[in-house]
Amino acid sequence: MCLGIPGQIIEITDTDRYMGLADVSGVRREVSLLPVTEGPLDDMVGKWVLIHVGFAMAVIDEDEAQKTLEALRGLGEAQETLEQMAEGDKALEEVR
Amino acid sequence: MRYVEEFRDPKAAKSVLAAIAQVADEIGATRDKPVHIMEICGGHTHAIFRYGLDKLVHDGIEFIHGPGCPVCVLPRSRVDECIELAELPEVIFTTFGDAMRVPGTKKSLMQAKADGADIRMVYSPLDALELARRNPDREVVFFGLGFETTTPSTAFSIQQAAREGLTNFSVFCNHITVPPPIKALLDDPHMVLDGFVGPGHVSMVIGVHPYDFIAQDYGKPLVVSGFEPLDLLQSVLMVLEQIRDGRAEIENQYARVVPEHGNPASLAAISEVYEPRPTFEWRGLGEIDESGLRIRDAYAAFDAEAKFGIGYGAAKGRAVVEEPEGAACGLVMTGRCKPTDCPKFGTGCTPEMPLGALMVSSEGACAAYYQYGGARATEAAE
Amino acid sequence: MNMTTPVSRLRETRVTLAHGGGGKAMRDLIEDVFTAVFQPPGMEDQARLMSAALQEPGARLAFTTDSFVVTPLEFPGGDIGKIAVCGTVNDLAVGGAKPLWLAASFIIEEGMEIATLRRIVASMAREADAAGVRIVTGDTKVVGRGSADGVFVTTSGIGVIPPDRDLKAEAIRPGDVAIVNGVLGDHGAAILAARGDLALSTDIESDCQSLSELMEAALAAAPGLRAARDATRGGLASALNEMAEAAGVTIEIDEDQLPLRAEVMGMCEILGLDPLYLANEGTLVLFVPEDQAEAAIDAMRNTGAGRDTVAIGHAVSREATPVVMKTRFGGSRIVDMLVGEQLPRIC
Repeated sequence: MCLGIPGQIIEITDTDRYMGLADVSGVRREVSLLPVTEGPLDDMVGKWVLIHVGFAMAVIDEDEAQKTLEALRGLGEAQETLEQMAEGDKALEEVR
Repeated sequence: MRYVEEFRDPKAAKSVLAAIAQVADEIGATRDKPVHIMEICGGHTHAIFRYGLDKLVHDGIEFIHGPGCPVCVLPRSRVDECIELAELPEVIFTTFGDAMRVPGTKKSLMQAKADGADIRMVYSPLDALELARRNPDREVVFFGLGFETTTPSTAFSIQQAAREGLTNFSVFCNHITVPPPIKALLDDPHMVLDGFVGPGHVSMVIGVHPYDFIAQDYGKPLVVSGFEPLDLLQSVLMVLEQIRDGRAEIENQYARVVPEHGNPASLAAISEVYEPRPTFEWRGLGEIDESGLRIRDAYAAFDAEAKFGIGYGAAKGRAVVEEPEGAACGLVMTGRCKPTDCPKFGTGCTPEMPLGALMVSSEGACAAYYQYGGARATEAAE
Repeated sequence: MNMTTPVSRLRETRVTLAHGGGGKAMRDLIEDVFTAVFQPPGMEDQARLMSAALQEPGARLAFTTDSFVVTPLEFPGGDIGKIAVCGTVNDLAVGGAKPLWLAASFIIEEGMEIATLRRIVASMAREADAAGVRIVTGDTKVVGRGSADGVFVTTSGIGVIPPDRDLKAEAIRPGDVAIVNGVLGDHGAAILAARGDLALSTDIESDCQSLSELMEAALAAAPGLRAARDATRGGLASALNEMAEAAGVTIEIDEDQLPLRAEVMGMCEILGLDPLYLANEGTLVLFVPEDQAEAAIDAMRNTGAGRDTVAIGHAVSREATPVVMKTRFGGSRIVDMLVGEQLPRIC
């Protein structure tokens, strides 16, 4: 359900209809900015949005993205510590 | 690709998988006594199989594939109505590609197109609107299909058509909503679910609170999740941690896209253009109260049901059609049996000759099992 | 081939039914648009051909035919004429044949612009030249408006397989390495964008190119080359499935090794498509014994069509399914044949 993909707004194409050009890895498509425009339309240029069926449905929150990635990195570090502890235990066993 | 690649990092996946295994062990989940987690959304089902996540997670976790695939829950009678509309000589029938192969009682839209109906696949309802502008002498009907994620796009398109005074554009509204069927599933005494992974793009529109009842009234955890593999794995971990800690909360793993209260402009457009139908039929689930939307009278000029007298609101009444004989679509849909338990799976029902919609849509549980060969499908075959 | 444009005898700007009527108008069309450019040897209704290569003991004749329909007729990176030459040249080349001659037939829709037709024919001549084949005979028909989509082109090709060369998918053995010569899905993605109905714009160009030089380079470096397939309709996934079935092996490919272009991936993400199933028009997959893989890859990379050559996996003993892909996560998934046509989806 509901394929959505991040893209960056690169220009405003139609002010009356709230349309802008979005770039997804070099593929460009005109999308509606109606769902996400709060202030001046031009402020949308440069923003990363989540695109679904030709509509920019959300502005992607960079801080939240970083937080999620940090949580994932944290898991990685915790895992490494666990592995090191396991190896330490094993080394101790061998010493004994 | 920004916001995509980072969330597909195999190295990070390893540590999430290890953490999942650890928590699964802590709560005593085993292959014989698994934790049942329903991923509601077909997009999640697709991602699970595309990345082979079902084979990577701890043995004690069983994914139950939920009803969040709009074409999978579309009753055959609705497909018949689409074809009836599409075969009207003045109509250009526009649809997302997803609906093209879904079987009706006699044929699919693909077959109707071959029979001469003017059916066009579009990427966006905006493209259907453009077709209407360019073909003033034809009636352009857009097949409004999908959950809350997609509903705003047709609402905005109808509003735009109204502003422009377009008289040859209408929407055949089959939009449905996620929370009511989840409630119906939870009310089913046969259901054994321990937690949910919630559809992130639906919550992008409606926020996280419409799911509060799941935690409050049913005591089940739900984590709203993104669609990349790391998103999904992290969400599974969060569900497991809630189970371990004896919590039942609605958590948001996908905060980069999902605001707590959703998207105000989209919600406003939905409530201006649409209202709930008293009841709506779901394939495999039956009638569910207030689970479908219709176009409000103020926008009747853009309502294909009102304009052509075809569909749910039609005077001739509702067509009730039986499901394919011998197939277990309904049981699979509700997670009570696996695709491979269906007597027709892989024999009478294949992606080439689908009996039910679950075999048609690439996010349908049956097609996913068949094409990506889920671990459990392989086991069943052995 | 002489490419100078002759003095035009055609006054019309569009093809009419008269151009298919068998009279003077038809002769003018054929002579002006086709034979002046292709310059076939002799003007009989048949081409009479000689080749020393065919007289070598053990040499075999390879003969193939293919029809080409594409919308739009011209697209970034090629046109229907270029595809019609490359497609048939490649069908010969992947079987180990050296392509020599082509026949080209045109079914032209009434109303087709003659200027477009000229561009398509010029493009065919250019590509034939580059691939070292001659277009030696052909035919034209004109059908009423609506009975065709601009122009349909059928090309048939003849080539010679040198003695002792016998490429076939049945020869693939467990352990053999699968190699592709370039990025996947460019043609399919370029056509999707060029059709315009999805309102997507990209700089992706079709990979449409002849592969005969590449094949000869691979064969010279890796004489044990087992088999090759052109990954056209149905994409790499379909080519691999056909080969695995024929050989009775399972082919394991590695998602991490697949050569994919960011733009093609972007297009696939937007439309919910899988690049493994997107069409290619100048991309092949071939199998060589493991000890010749490196030599084959090096040799292929030295050709114009093979700069991005890379190994993507290998054959193993037959398992439950013909083609399996190891995902970047260490999981695996079945890569099945495509069911019907891949449709853009939103779900």
